Amino acid sequence: MPEGSGKIQVRCTVNNKAVTFEAYPMARLLDALREELRLTGTKEGCGEGECGACTVEMDGALVNSCLVPAAQVEATKILTIEGVASGERLHAVQQAFITNGGAQCGICTPGMILAAVNLLRRFPEPTEVQIREGLSGNLCRCTGYTKIFESVVAACGESERDA
Amino acid sequence: METRVIGKSVPRKEGREKVTGRARYVDDLAFPGMLHGVTVRGPTARGRIRGIFFEGDIPWKEITIVTAKDIPGNNCILLLIEDQPCLADGLVNHKEEPVVLLAHQDAYLLGEARRAVRIEIEPLPAIFTIEDSLARKEIIWGEDNTFKSVRVEKGDVESAWSVADCIVEGEYETGAQEQLYIEPQGMIARASPADGVTVWGSLQCPHYVHKALVSLFGLPKDRIRVVQTETGGGFGGKEEYPSMIAAHAALLAWKSGRPVKIIYDRAEDMAATTKRHPSKTRHRTAVSSDGKLLAMDIDFTIDGGAYETLSPVVLSRGTIHAAGPYDCPNVRIRGRAVATNAPPHGAFRGFGAPQSVFALERHLDRVAAAVGLAPDELRRRNFIREGQTLAVNQVVHERVEMGRLMDQAFEASDYHVKRKQYSTENPGAAIKKGIGFACFLHGAGFTGSGEEYLASEVAAEATVEGRVRIRAGSTEMGQGTNTIFSQIAAETLGLDYEKIDIAQPDTANVPNSGPTVASRTSMIVGKLVESAAREIQTKLFQSGLLEQGYDAATFAKACGEYIGRFGALESLIKYQHPAELHWNDERYEGDAYGAYAWAVYVAEVSVDTRTAEMRVENFTAVQEVGRVIHPVLAAGQIEGGIAQGIGLALYENIVWHEGRMVNAQMTNYIMPTSMDVPRIRVFFDEIAQGRGPAGAKGIGELPLDGTAPAIANAVAHATGADIRRIPLTPELLMETLEKAHA
Repeated sequence: MPEGSGKIQVRCTVNNKAVTFEAYPMARLLDALREELRLTGTKEGCGEGECGACTVEMDGALVNSCLVPAAQVEATKILTIEGVASGERLHAVQQAFITNGGAQCGICTPGMILAAVNLLRRFPEPTEVQIREGLSGNLCRCTGYTKIFESVVAACGESERDA
Repeated sequence: METRVIGKSVPRKEGREKVTGRARYVDDLAFPGMLHGVTVRGPTARGRIRGIFFEGDIPWKEITIVTAKDIPGNNCILLLIEDQPCLADGLVNHKEEPVVLLAHQDAYLLGEARRAVRIEIEPLPAIFTIEDSLARKEIIWGEDNTFKSVRVEKGDVESAWSVADCIVEGEYETGAQEQLYIEPQGMIARASPADGVTVWGSLQCPHYVHKALVSLFGLPKDRIRVVQTETGGGFGGKEEYPSMIAAHAALLAWKSGRPVKIIYDRAEDMAATTKRHPSKTRHRTAVSSDGKLLAMDIDFTIDGGAYETLSPVVLSRGTIHAAGPYDCPNVRIRGRAVATNAPPHGAFRGFGAPQSVFALERHLDRVAAAVGLAPDELRRRNFIREGQTLAVNQVVHERVEMGRLMDQAFEASDYHVKRKQYSTENPGAAIKKGIGFACFLHGAGFTGSGEEYLASEVAAEATVEGRVRIRAGSTEMGQGTNTIFSQIAAETLGLDYEKIDIAQPDTANVPNSGPTVASRTSMIVGKLVESAAREIQTKLFQSGLLEQGYDAATFAKACGEYIGRFGALESLIKYQHPAELHWNDERYEGDAYGAYAWAVYVAEVSVDTRTAEMRVENFTAVQEVGRVIHPVLAAGQIEGGIAQGIGLALYENIVWHEGRMVNAQMTNYIMPTSMDVPRIRVFFDEIAQGRGPAGAKGIGELPLDGTAPAIANAVAHATGADIRRIPLTPELLMETLEKAHA
């Protein structure tokens, strides 16, 4: 990391747990999650905010964690894929991805599931256009998206109890 | 055939790990004391290395530096031949050629160091196009720039020209395409003279990497170990290049004595690793006035880049698929793979066939127009049938119902109504609509005698708890290997799907079941899985410990007793080539593939004539792939392949500058998003006649073949544009339309 400015201490909540980590102010949230907190479920696909593999929620909004500097994370609430299930009980979206073939190689899946969870919180009964728009920041090279749409639709009815 | 587990959409074997973020990909692994590694590449497309200078304010003594002279064995990435160096030594032949490797624990410092290495090169003239390579403007590879040349001859093409009512000619081009798996390539290596070499990484073919490392280090086979980590997509892109990265990581580990991780960033991955071969195809077709194909003369050339890699094999598949699912008495296909100073092109789903099928299916629409027939009618009059011979003189011994597939595709897409309706409504409309289709076949497994040569093996073993583990080098990269192998073994053994485990592909622990490529895993390796499971059962029957009609509990009991009495309960099955399949590599004829998948795809598009923006509005895919082992996975394969085909047709444009990809970013190399892929309707017409378990054939590559020509034909229908090249960007469409009006 660039020298010059020293590391800062960042306090935030990750998956409902208070955490503190040290990072250079311009270090990427993605690296802090993966390297400092060892939460490797968040993936790097492009490093330029195009593919959405590193999607996490920050204070309820979807962000590309490769574009978020550590300094901006102070006092926020972060949700990563590791925090989506309740213990061993999968979130309805996760279960629907398994049942409906929404995950193939799995590398876009963590980001895609966070985008889907976020979408269903905003639109519990989304239209096809809303699903397409809601997931358009997350690229998938395996599925052609059809099975992902089907997974989201299947999760609709189920997700209220998980919300 | 009645089945219990095959044909059911059971949950993906590793699905839970993937949806919870617990699946471990190579970049998720960290070893104590691990260093990061990077690659320094030459700045020139072709030239002689004059010097390597380590400059700048960098603590060079702290950094592990590897060049060609540090290689213990052969300086090559052994694949088919030994032409590609692991690190350039003397000459560079493309701009992404690796020259120097660096390792350090601080990734940031390493990035600075990479920029501070200066490689001085005396440039030599380079060539970048198929034309320049064919014209031998410079000889850059071998004696004549040709990696491989093949010729298919059926009947006598020359006899047909004089009797033809119509002769139609045309030239077609396809561009390079990046596989763009979302997980970039990466490897971790441990290596020392005492312990040998072990690599972990994202890869399709562990035994390819193994073979390359054995040669590179000059070590015995048992001192090299290759382990596949969870792999985030491959599509052919992780067939051959992982050997290069594994070699680099291992050399750095060997020299530093520390584990070394190399993960490519997206730009490096896109620019340096292999892409789909660009192609040029010329067609000359003789046809009678009633639309019967009399002769097809095809010239198919692919750009292989700077080294041979897999080009001869890509050429082979592309050439054999070039004449399509048609019966034509006289066919000549000349195929050539030539060298340019681009980074080597390589495997990408479809493997040459999408290129030659695009040319054929565009061309046949033009042939139909020339003889005044509807495009579907021309195809119907020429579809191949059981008992007829393909271009390579292979008699088709399977039931082929292309007409029936076409009927289903046209009914599902309402083709005839829409074709007529759009033709009526388009004149004067700013947004024009079109509907088009493509008909095609795809051979399952290695071409010709390839499977015989591979002689793949699969092992199975039972535990005292009555679980059965399948051991194979075949890899899961999203397409569903783990799941279908488990289904096949469970079906064979009469056990629940959950009772089957799949061993992690690790060359120290699994036999070589061949590469995970060529639509061969279900049909070829799946059949070996079935046999390996069957042999476990047979051993139990023969030992008298188990009888027909057993349940899981008695099976487990029998396994426990067998192991207690005789030791390990395991089996190892080797591929036996079907005696009736013959291939003559000299004459390039015979049974090219053991079975084919057959398909008709229909695309609907809209074209905004003001901006030339094209959208795929609807897509219908009807195919016959034999027995479908897992309906959800199979449909997922087709849908995903179609999305990649949409990219190939319309969006994925690689911009080259002197042999380097200059738009190596997801920002300006555009793959389809959820907004660009329409509803895709997938239909399987199961005729269950493949050579795989329960009659399965191959499926993975098929959808790449027909998608792009179906779309191009639809755009041609909408606009009247004479489309000859993909990717068909708006700029290219506009240019084509303006040319037509000029």
